[in-house]
Amino acid sequence: MHHVVLDRWSRGNSPVHRRDPRAKILALAVFLIAVATAHRALLLLAPGLLLLLAATLIWARLPLAGVLARAAVVVPFAGVFALISGLAGDPARGLSLMAKSYLSALAVLVVGATTPLPALLRGFEMTGVPRFLLIVGQFLYRYLFVISEEAQHMRKAAAARGAAARDWMARDLRFRAAAGALGVLFARSHARAEDIHRAMLSRGFVGHFQPLEPIRFRRSDAAFAVLASLAPILVRIAVERAAR
Amino acid sequence: MTPLIEVRGLCFRYEDGTAALRGVDFRLDPGETVVLFGPNGSGKTTFVLHLNGLLSGEGTVRVCGLPVDKRNIPEIRRKVGIVFQDSDSQLFMPTVLEDVAFGLLNRGFDRAAAISRAQAALATVGMSAAASRAPYHLSAGEKKRVAVAGIVAMEPEVLVLDEPTASLDPPGQRSLAELVSHLPQAKILVTHDIPFALALCQRAVFFQGGVIAAEGTVEDIVSRFDWDFSFGGSKLRH
Amino acid sequence: MYTVHIPDGFLSTPVWVSLDAAAAPAVAWMSRRAQRGFDQAQAPLLGVMGAFVFAAQMVNFPVGAGTTGHLLGGALLAMTLGPVSASVVMTGILAIQALVFQDGGLLALGANVVNMAVLGVLAGYLPYALWGGTRWRKVSIFAGGALSVLVSAVLALSELLFSGVRMPASVLSVSLVLFLVSAVLEGAITLAVLESLERLQPRLVRQPEAGGSRAVGVVAVVAVLLASVGVLFASSAPDAIQQITHQSAAGTGTWLSKSGAGLAGIALIYGACLAIGRVASRNRSA
Repeated sequence: MHHVVLDRWSRGNSPVHRRDPRAKILALAVFLIAVATAHRALLLLAPGLLLLLAATLIWARLPLAGVLARAAVVVPFAGVFALISGLAGDPARGLSLMAKSYLSALAVLVVGATTPLPALLRGFEMTGVPRFLLIVGQFLYRYLFVISEEAQHMRKAAAARGAAARDWMARDLRFRAAAGALGVLFARSHARAEDIHRAMLSRGFVGHFQPLEPIRFRRSDAAFAVLASLAPILVRIAVERAAR
Repeated sequence: MTPLIEVRGLCFRYEDGTAALRGVDFRLDPGETVVLFGPNGSGKTTFVLHLNGLLSGEGTVRVCGLPVDKRNIPEIRRKVGIVFQDSDSQLFMPTVLEDVAFGLLNRGFDRAAAISRAQAALATVGMSAAASRAPYHLSAGEKKRVAVAGIVAMEPEVLVLDEPTASLDPPGQRSLAELVSHLPQAKILVTHDIPFALALCQRAVFFQGGVIAAEGTVEDIVSRFDWDFSFGGSKLRH
Repeated sequence: MYTVHIPDGFLSTPVWVSLDAAAAPAVAWMSRRAQRGFDQAQAPLLGVMGAFVFAAQMVNFPVGAGTTGHLLGGALLAMTLGPVSASVVMTGILAIQALVFQDGGLLALGANVVNMAVLGVLAGYLPYALWGGTRWRKVSIFAGGALSVLVSAVLALSELLFSGVRMPASVLSVSLVLFLVSAVLEGAITLAVLESLERLQPRLVRQPEAGGSRAVGVVAVVAVLLASVGVLFASSAPDAIQQITHQSAAGTGTWLSKSGAGLAGIALIYGACLAIGRVASRNRSA
């Protein structure tokens, strides 16, 4: 599944992986804004920025083709709108939608593939996102692996119970079976949350999580933050100058 | 000798009215390892949750002479460590090391001390190499070992293991038995796994309908309640 | 089956900046409320229920003609965990979807949060809060599921239109029909799952409380109104919207001024978050 692959990528070891998550978040924000606010010379700008991301991926020792392909999950959605824009007589906008959404998704993916999610969430905490929300996000991600497995078992079980029948009554029955399965999954998830809380209390939980290792913002992180933020801006200035 | 755990007349009723425990008396002495047998729903897990104050019913529960009440709970939870049945519910932190250190940080250890103690606990269970891994990438047997490490790190006086072998394959069960037998604490095991109990326990108690129906040696209880599928009373053979 | 997670690159700068600015304080307030008044069991509970909504996407519901749909969950969560907690869970889901699954953009996260986690959830809870305790209970559950999807989808569509994404009238009407189908499906799924849950574990279903927070009620009503205005506007005069947006886009300044606007927007949001965080932590320690 997608998140399993991403999780493996993010636990790699490279100069990009080792950077402080805050440095990467800053660079990501600058990149996204540079893309979102670009209007001119997109045909030149997009390949330039793509090269920038590809270089980062190589530096991070990640499988280039694999990551580029993953970011393509936005293509169907963007493609539909590009087509609609084209039909509405605005093909330039269609192209811009495709390019911008792909580049933005790829940029987020590059950060996600070089930063384990818990570290990324801690990075966001230090930029002011409510802590409670991030802890919820951490639990969500942790139990995504567990609950999706349970859901898959249920789907198989439901499929085994005569999903082949096609008539209207069978559809109604299948609808009810699916609803029943989700009811069970809901109750189980709820019970699991209670178990987790018990396990927490049992080990003396006092109401707040304490991080084990402080994140240190080193000089190399500062250097990375500056360079990685400047890069997309410089690419854009260069391209827009050249296109003038 | 003060018993490590002394329970008298413990009764507990769930919110929906079902009586789960109806007068349980129990005692655990230092150095002892006791197995709790009994059918599903007979109150074993409910009983165990009373031992460190996760549930509280009527009757008295004393741990090392201290009554289990609000005031003593932090102290009691240091003395009684529970390894829960489902390792996934127990291992909720992002990495193995953080999970094992969770209890230590809650106890007020500083980071350096927590890390070194957590590493020592991981070495005890043979999982040092997994310290920086995420719990969801471990096998069931590895998860169980890490869960045990998280409890052992806190150096409790009593170790409670709820269905520890439930999701393990036979080699995993054997190696867990090996590990548990080498831990110095007094232990309470809740299990249906007879070879596991035979290997570790001197004494067995049998829960039925929310009370302890009998006590004795493991062999004695197993044969009295026809509690083994693999020999004796299995009707499938005939 | 038809949700709109807006990716980055679709919204014009004023639209995403203002929606981020709207989402940030709302999320800060909701996190604070979901946390306060409950014990610490809230964090694992909301996280695991978020994982549940994610996993629920794997369970397919037959729709007909060979297609299937799945639960989206906003209304269901509101009827079980309460609207504020449900908003926090949905926000967490959207954030993880953007970060891990590239489903929805990061700059557009504010827009998606406003559409689905805030207004969608509140609109989904509204009928249940009003009529969940009467003999219209079933209808109110169905309507809640349907309304949550309809409100989210229509808001997303209007934001796209306001950003200058062109859509011929025919495409617009097809979209609206699809939204309607998805809405009906979500209503039916929500009702069926809630009924199955009620048979299994009635204590997990929240009893409706009409006398809940007034602020939440007002926002919910506003959400529904906004969405219906959006429908009317979009269906009657798509060209008018485009004219407005084109006029404003006509005076495109240099990209520096545009980026400047974006950065200023971000700075504003950031400042608001920090300020609210301060107030929140002061309240908690007091």
